[in-house]
Amino acid sequence: MKNLITAVLMTIVTTILLGLVYPLAVTGLAQVIFRDKANGQLIRRADGTITGSRIIGQPFSSPGYFHSRPSAAGTTGYDASASSGSNYGPTNKKLIERIKADVAQAQVDNPGRLVPVDLVTTSASGLDPDSTPAAAEFQVARVAGERGLSEDEVRCIAAAHTSGRTFGLLGEPRVNVLLLNLALDERKPMPKP
Amino acid sequence: MTANGWLQILLFFAITFALTKPLGVFMTRVFGGERTFLHPVLRPVERLLYRLTGVDETREMRWTEYATAMLLFSLVSLLLLYLIQRLQGVLPLNPQKLPGVDAASSSTGFAASAFNTAVSFTTNTNWQSYVPETTMSYLTQMAGLAYHNFTSAAVGIALAIAFIRGIARRESATIGNFWVDFVRCNLYVLLPICLVGALVLVSQGVVQNFRPYDTAKLVDPQTVEVDKKDAAGNVITNADGTTQKERQTVTEQTIAQGPVASQEIIKEFGTNGGGFFNANSAHPFENPTPFSNFFELLCIFAISAGLTYTLGRMTGSQRHGWAVFAAMTVLFFVGIAVSYWAEARGNPLLAGTDQTASALQPGGNMEGKEVRFGVANSALWATVTTDTSCGAVNSMHDSFTPLGGLVPLTNIMLSEVVFGGVGSGLYGVLIYVVLSVFIAGLMVGRTPEYLGKKIEAYDVKMAMLNVLIFPLLILVLAAISSVAPSFGTSQLNNAGPHGLSEILYAFTSGAGNNGSAFAGISANTYWYNTTTGLDMLFGRFFMIIPMLALAGNLARKKTVPPSLGTFPVTSPLFTTLLVSVIVIVGALTFFPALSLGPVVEHLLMRACQTF
Repeated sequence: MKNLITAVLMTIVTTILLGLVYPLAVTGLAQVIFRDKANGQLIRRADGTITGSRIIGQPFSSPGYFHSRPSAAGTTGYDASASSGSNYGPTNKKLIERIKADVAQAQVDNPGRLVPVDLVTTSASGLDPDSTPAAAEFQVARVAGERGLSEDEVRCIAAAHTSGRTFGLLGEPRVNVLLLNLALDERKPMPKP
Repeated sequence: MTANGWLQILLFFAITFALTKPLGVFMTRVFGGERTFLHPVLRPVERLLYRLTGVDETREMRWTEYATAMLLFSLVSLLLLYLIQRLQGVLPLNPQKLPGVDAASSSTGFAASAFNTAVSFTTNTNWQSYVPETTMSYLTQMAGLAYHNFTSAAVGIALAIAFIRGIARRESATIGNFWVDFVRCNLYVLLPICLVGALVLVSQGVVQNFRPYDTAKLVDPQTVEVDKKDAAGNVITNADGTTQKERQTVTEQTIAQGPVASQEIIKEFGTNGGGFFNANSAHPFENPTPFSNFFELLCIFAISAGLTYTLGRMTGSQRHGWAVFAAMTVLFFVGIAVSYWAEARGNPLLAGTDQTASALQPGGNMEGKEVRFGVANSALWATVTTDTSCGAVNSMHDSFTPLGGLVPLTNIMLSEVVFGGVGSGLYGVLIYVVLSVFIAGLMVGRTPEYLGKKIEAYDVKMAMLNVLIFPLLILVLAAISSVAPSFGTSQLNNAGPHGLSEILYAFTSGAGNNGSAFAGISANTYWYNTTTGLDMLFGRFFMIIPMLALAGNLARKKTVPPSLGTFPVTSPLFTTLLVSVIVIVGALTFFPALSLGPVVEHLLMRACQTF
């Protein structure tokens, strides 16, 4: 019986300490020390509207933009309130057919070339902000043509938004697609249709 | 596979190794009641907690009372979590105005989903049949779910310490005080490191706020084809069985926010694994950079590795601690080698794609993986999260190649003893140690001894009880589900052998208190919520009780001095025997099921068969 009373009291006391005081303390410190990062690294336009988060991917499919990876988040893809992978197994017909169609579409720009695998596979979160440098290189010619820029200049802008491995060791090289496309728009906006 | 990939894996392991002794020594001091450098700050808080809850810290408990206190605490905190979920609609810190969990089905009286979640977090499983960002309010996440990340980890560690005391003490009726072990673990081990670690994560970009979800205007608005739905929200199908499509323009992105970092750190450090978001540690807000990924991986292994040192220290046989560590190391490297190799090799069915590793891309099977992690870090994480009972994921195991996915599944089936869950990994492996010693004793024809304690019939019975409950739960529940089209197989996302793997993984993950999933399975149904709920509950507590009984019995025994016939538990021979026993018990039990799932799928994939 004594242990039951202790169990109830312990639950209440530790809930206050670990469930309320601790997260509030972390929030307080984080908001003071790392304000931008704690709030999701949002990109705002001059009028205050939010363009996106620097670390959350967005869908891009217009020819003048570097495309992002396919996404299984939400019903429409890149839904940052419903993160998800496709969860298709490696022998699933739906997966094989989806990739077949995406490969065909991607090869329109580069007939006969193998498509970098990340460009036609969904990410784990459905919100992957990055694509590989290989996927960017694969699209340079198309983007340069659509925007009337030289391929070298587009490559140069892409390189500025490419991160290498952390300390030269951890993770994989990657290109932030949203930041790259915003930089392209700044350099030379797409001609109005 | 690349040299860089292996370098990352080796560096990860080297740092884990380096952390083992300092953490092990620290935990020995904390649970032995010795002063540490944190005492000037935390000792008054500890005293205050005892005063508020009526705990006498000098009082020792027999194993039965220790078990009772642990069960009562688990029950009370489980009920509180259930209540918080059901009442979150009227509680504060709910900017998205989410209703109570299962509010829609509450007319039936039994909220299967809320029950499942409450059990899941109390048992350190963190299986999630719900989508967090559209289900749980900020208050539920932090005071309900993150709270249990602390307490279920502390319960596990307390139990492991109690078990070690059982081995170390002689002619003693008691194995410690549950409340004291529990409080000390939370205050000295978990809380300080989480406070610092959470800020490290925020510095990498893990969010920590109470903002309502933000809305962004897309740079490149999209027109997408989606399934057409009727007024009731059901998909409309044509006469020929295909679904009707409609075009929809998407111009905005809703960005979920929340107090993530404070939960993320304890989720890894306490080997809990329940994501703040549906995509878990693959979500950029939970795991934004390669560095955060590396840091989180270290947190998953840290305590469990340290506990092997604590074992050596408390039992006075440091070399025994290292012998157990060595056995774990062997199993870790086998797992990562197979899984990394399989994922880097890729999927032969994806014609027209370039899956070769180069300077510009990691290549391999990238379905369900993030670019910043690539195949090396995804395979490493999948191995680490299932070596332990963590279950957080940074890639989708369901989309792994068959052999790549076989590794996490097998790791859990070996009872997660490769470092293992915090506490549960250590007492899990000690059960196997007792069995190994027993088998060695049979081979030489002498009464087996373990660190001076004679291992007798009662001890082996308790150990076997612990070993047998686990496959019984998994195989029976998976068997029922896989022959039930209406409630079992109808919830699968993949056909063929992969579907069986999804079911098998679900119940293995539940009974092993892991919480990762072949997540294609739609487990938020009455059947799966209830059965996986019971699976987790029995998988935790029915295994703990025989383990504590064994600890209590060991504590009572006299020690006998080692003789020539004693099988030393410090030698490479012992390590080899321990690895063999773990593998043989696991393989004998689960090989038939595995051969029908991942193994068959692998052969069919190489033969280019799809489902």
